[in-house]
Amino acid sequence: MIYKKKRPLLVFLIPAFAFLITYLYYPFLQNILNTFLNIGGLGRAAKGMNDPWYENYRRLISDPELRTALKNTVLLTVCTVVFQVGIALILALLVDSIRVGAKVFRTVYFFPIVISATALGLMFNLIFLYKGGMINQLLLNAGLLESEVKASGKLIVQWFDWKNEKHFLFTMFLPVIWQYVGFYFVILITGLNNIPDDLFEAAALDGASGLRKIRYITLPMLRNVLCTCLVLAITGALKVFDLPWVMFGAGMPQNQGWLTGTYMYDQTFNKMNVDYGSTIAVLIVVLGVVLSNVANRAFKTTEDY
Amino acid sequence: MIEKKLTPGKVLTYVVLCLWALTTVYPFVWVVLNSFRQKGLILSDSFSLPLGEAFTLDNYRTAMERSNFGNAYLNSILISGTVTVVVIVLAGLAAYGLCRYRFRLRGLLQSMVLAGMMFPVFSTIIPVFRMQVVMGIAGTGNRWLSLLATILPQIAGNLCFAIIILTGFIQSVPIELEESAYLDGCNVFQIFFRIIVPAAKSSFATVAIFAFLWSYNDLFTQSFFLRYPQERAITGLLNEISSQAGVNYGLMASAVVLVVVPVLIVYVCLQKHIIKGLTAGAVKG
Repeated sequence: MIYKKKRPLLVFLIPAFAFLITYLYYPFLQNILNTFLNIGGLGRAAKGMNDPWYENYRRLISDPELRTALKNTVLLTVCTVVFQVGIALILALLVDSIRVGAKVFRTVYFFPIVISATALGLMFNLIFLYKGGMINQLLLNAGLLESEVKASGKLIVQWFDWKNEKHFLFTMFLPVIWQYVGFYFVILITGLNNIPDDLFEAAALDGASGLRKIRYITLPMLRNVLCTCLVLAITGALKVFDLPWVMFGAGMPQNQGWLTGTYMYDQTFNKMNVDYGSTIAVLIVVLGVVLSNVANRAFKTTEDY
Repeated sequence: MIEKKLTPGKVLTYVVLCLWALTTVYPFVWVVLNSFRQKGLILSDSFSLPLGEAFTLDNYRTAMERSNFGNAYLNSILISGTVTVVVIVLAGLAAYGLCRYRFRLRGLLQSMVLAGMMFPVFSTIIPVFRMQVVMGIAGTGNRWLSLLATILPQIAGNLCFAIIILTGFIQSVPIELEESAYLDGCNVFQIFFRIIVPAAKSSFATVAIFAFLWSYNDLFTQSFFLRYPQERAITGLLNEISSQAGVNYGLMASAVVLVVVPVLIVYVCLQKHIIKGLTAGAVKG
């Protein structure tokens, strides 16, 4: 009954959507248009249409590096959904079950998000550094790396290369996943706090144990929040850029390390294929919409007011 | 009701929680320690405390001498502060409208918000840059206009996320509260500011933190619109220092610390409000 009169709706919606349309949708449509044009540089005007006009989309299908990027990105998406949201859920449930120190954990888990990805990238470069990085120093101290002291007193060590072709995915994914666990943790813990206490009290009176409470009250009540987390994790993983870029640069090692985000950036800003870069951006958006719709279908309750 | 006993389950809980806390705190401690270490020593021994011979303030001295940190802090706070305020107001209003009203375009608008989340910044930045040049706010060399040119796209970039989060929480506010306020003679705007905002206070604080941090840490937009030294914001400064520092890891560490400290202060301040909002929210019975 309150919401029958629709006029106030204009005040609610117009400012935000005016922003979205001018700064997201208009530029994005412009971007789609750019995929059909031939643009040689960032500031330069288009040199007319591509020949044929769908040239970029043809290239999209036959580009082997893009295929690598897609493979890595899909793998990263799966890993983020499983590990980021999974670890965050476990941590949130654990923190919710304790009284002493809950505040401290809440504050501390958020630290990696506070630090900019540029700074984190530099930090992880130091941590995974080939010669004398933090992890290699640890391995050396633990005696896990082969080393010998030469007659001249010089220490020769077989350092472990964390960024070689066999291990680069681990080195690339670990910081990305680790950084945003705290983010989903905060969202989930806020959701947990919004569940009314009387539900748990009623369950306790009925004799429900800890695990059963989680299974039959917490998880169903968290469903919408979890769904929000899933959508954010999927779209976030598709856009990942700064950390891998600072750590791996352009497709290291040996063109195996591309993600859709870094590949698109490289095409647009280093190779100056602005129109092809725009095409990859379109692909990222389409993938994101499709995947998060699937997640929404599978999870969201159709609870409406 | 409170169990004082220390059960094995409790111990395990704390062990797991502490282990994860270690991974989130230690790297930061490691960077702080190494920012005080003589630059040559980081690669050979980065774990010990930098005491005696190894201790130095040179890294900070070099960082402060080479770059204008005060100015960059001011620019960052102006940009991120404005972005945060505008985002929570606009997103709060929009989320409320989308949650509570039934109207024909609702489904379309909701998918617009969802789809807006997928746009990578680099897919919109080139047209935005051209558009803002035409509007006369980008690339003018005027410091205030350049700040504005950074603020506007950042607001748009944060809105979708904020709307999604706030919609989730406003939905869980019991509608009975609003109905009784309406019967007491409140109009929808009064309901929004007196019922919805206090009830969803925790999620507003959460959204504010994220908007501030993303704006502060967003190197990409900054590097497009803040091109002159007096316009540079703090993350841009860090990038510049790191590209000049080469293998001077000590300088890098000290610059990282200088960039991270103000954000930690803001975070710890707002953190209190989050916890207060959680425990005193009108939602809980």
